[in-house]
Amino acid sequence: MMAQLDVRNTIRMGLLAGVVAVSLSMIGMVEAFDQRDVITDVFSLGQLLLFTAPAIVGYMVVQRGKVKAYGPALFGGLIAGVFAALPIFALLILTLIFPNIRAQLVNVSPTLIGILAFGNGQVVGGLLMTAVMGILGLLGAAIYVIPDRIGNPLILGLGWTLLVGVLSEVLLNILRPLLPRAVLRFLFGTKGITFATAVILLILITTGIVWWQEKGREQAKARREAMSSGQQKTRRQVSLGMGLILLFVLPLILGTYLTEVVDNVGLYILMGLGLNIVVGFAGLLDLGYVAFFAIGAYTVGVLTSQGGLGVGHLSFWVALPIAVATSTMAGMLLGVPVLRMRGDYLAIVTLGFGEIIRVLATSDLLKPVIGGAQGVLQIPKPEIFGFTVIQPQHFYYVILAGVFLAIFLSSRLRDARLGRQWMALREDEDVAEAMGIHLVKTKLLAFGIGAAFSGLAGAIFAARLSSIFPHSFNLLISINVLSLIIVGGMGSLPGVVVGALVLVGLPELLREFAEYRLLLYGALLIAMMVTKPEGLWPSPVRRRELRAAEEETAPQIEQVG
Amino acid sequence: MPLLDAKNVTKRFGGLTAVDDLTFSIEEGAIVSIIGPNGAGKTTFFNCITGFYQIDEGDIIFDGRSAKGRAPDQIAHMGISRTYQNIRLFSAMSALENILVGMEPRLHSSWLGAVFRLPGTVHEEENALAEARELLNFVGLGGKGDILARNLPYGDQRRLEIARALASKPKLLLLDEPTAGMNPRETAETTHFIKMLRDELGITILLIEHDMRVVMGISEDITVLDYGQKIAKGDPAQIQSNPRVIEAYLGRGAAASATIQVSS
Repeated sequence: MMAQLDVRNTIRMGLLAGVVAVSLSMIGMVEAFDQRDVITDVFSLGQLLLFTAPAIVGYMVVQRGKVKAYGPALFGGLIAGVFAALPIFALLILTLIFPNIRAQLVNVSPTLIGILAFGNGQVVGGLLMTAVMGILGLLGAAIYVIPDRIGNPLILGLGWTLLVGVLSEVLLNILRPLLPRAVLRFLFGTKGITFATAVILLILITTGIVWWQEKGREQAKARREAMSSGQQKTRRQVSLGMGLILLFVLPLILGTYLTEVVDNVGLYILMGLGLNIVVGFAGLLDLGYVAFFAIGAYTVGVLTSQGGLGVGHLSFWVALPIAVATSTMAGMLLGVPVLRMRGDYLAIVTLGFGEIIRVLATSDLLKPVIGGAQGVLQIPKPEIFGFTVIQPQHFYYVILAGVFLAIFLSSRLRDARLGRQWMALREDEDVAEAMGIHLVKTKLLAFGIGAAFSGLAGAIFAARLSSIFPHSFNLLISINVLSLIIVGGMGSLPGVVVGALVLVGLPELLREFAEYRLLLYGALLIAMMVTKPEGLWPSPVRRRELRAAEEETAPQIEQVG
Repeated sequence: MPLLDAKNVTKRFGGLTAVDDLTFSIEEGAIVSIIGPNGAGKTTFFNCITGFYQIDEGDIIFDGRSAKGRAPDQIAHMGISRTYQNIRLFSAMSALENILVGMEPRLHSSWLGAVFRLPGTVHEEENALAEARELLNFVGLGGKGDILARNLPYGDQRRLEIARALASKPKLLLLDEPTAGMNPRETAETTHFIKMLRDELGITILLIEHDMRVVMGISEDITVLDYGQKIAKGDPAQIQSNPRVIEAYLGRGAAASATIQVSS
């Protein structure tokens, strides 16, 4: 059956995309993002934001209708793109009729009008915009119509090229000491990658993926199959070793600023791994998780501070285990009253706990002990064998060790009896209890171990910043950590890392994001729930039966071979 | 001495008496059924035995010890396990992991042992895995152990739930409508399977069932409940001719002349 292009739907979706583009413009996002070029002097991040809408809608329109014939598909894409431009055109005309519109629409600045009209007058610019968006819609549709074996690599190629362009500043910082200046000047423009780089990248990546699909995958598979199990094991170990070495030299490559960003991501990974035990494994929705981060931080702060509030003036390494123990205790203690609560009720009560800790930290009641709003100051840097951990690069290794420890513990526990108990609890609490699982013990262990990781993160956080203030421990941290788990994939350890990189790392790299961070979080969470609710890197099903069966048959195969 | 001895058990929900002064016992190695119209209190009685509900009056003696006031996990440790009317598997866990959870009452290793891979813990896990695989094969799910429970077909889910209940090596197995939703062939297979559990493993079985062919075919003793009260008790032949049972099922008019028809 030949699929038909639904013209009314096409127009509706086109207009919708246009409204999205106009909204992004009117909240100031396009203008802010226009500061950064993706491809120097050709294409800015703001334009990327603006032009993604028609291209995607062009693709979606033909995909919805499963239109595979060139004529109707390209026509549909064109229509969708043109209609996507209409709301922008309307905005431009509006600025022409009411030159003082900025009094009402604050963000419709001359700069924005300039961006939307390509520096021309409103009418000419609007027509130009209509043409460009129409073509983009058409291109979006074209990518769907051309065969998948070329279309999919092209999408990936475009995506990666644009990502490299967006992150060009970071890449330039990394590559600067490694490459000669002439090469750098060829690759990077003043604010982004050069046009030539973009073209080369697009061609390289696309053809590379096409080659991989057509031939490379088969070859690699054949090569893998030709290897004995021993060789395969060696290969895995070698790649693992290389990954580890890369992790160890990373701060040397990244430099101070980027390492600082990575440190931040690392602390969020540590917290994410902890909350993953509570929410991802045991299914106990905890919204007050920041409390344990705060307790860890304040414990180290008070125990080590050289300032007036310092008690004991302990060294960081003595205070660290005390901080972790305190957080664990707090986690279990806060777990007791919520033992009988489930779902929404649990979430609300834990939310309250988080706030109680923050309010206590700000309060006059505890001011003599933890400083109230003035916080705890003069927390010394950790020392190890006479060497002081000061630089972000130094802290990187402390955080890396913490993350490794947390991953190790999480994976061991996940694969053991306790992990099964947690998951049974998550799936059906009543049945879990009927199977003989002690609910109190299992829940308190989840709360306690989860809080321990957070306390560890808080302890490192305190030493890293040298001073801590109550406002650092607000609800937003709990929300961030929960979001990164959801985006990465509930219960998945690699998912936590990926989620932290995407939700914490990316916004730090693109300073323009900062203002719109929550908007992007919301958009990303909705998009994830609709398209990929299991997360970016969901946890795989463990193949225990298969592996056990293989172990039994493996000796026989070797005898035959 | 009976394996399970319920004495004058009463359970009320507000003004409703769901189980009313019920006295009931099972001898070791028997297959016993509880039948009755919908809402007669059969599942409520199961929930009282397994500790999910606390009984208001009376006592339940299991294996010489009182089960009254104990939590569900303690009852599981005493040797009672159950399946559910509407299948309640751990749906996002694999079939094998479901069985491993069912083994809980027999596992002892601590989480610290798992962190440091202590020999005792490793050994226990290996044994548990081997045993779980045997159980999978026993219920005919060999090779399906790595499939998520929710992705298994209906019949397999029912069997997996029984396997999970068997994993704790219970003395008493409570089956709540084990053949619900099955076609006649599957029902016959399940009936045969239940009989085999008793004959080969020596497990005492108490089941709630609506399918009269199953009930009459395998039960040695049947108790009939209506409005939470025991209205009859006896072997299949006695129950089929009992006028009070017929009245409870079919109404007063029918009871005058009819007997329960057991179609074959």
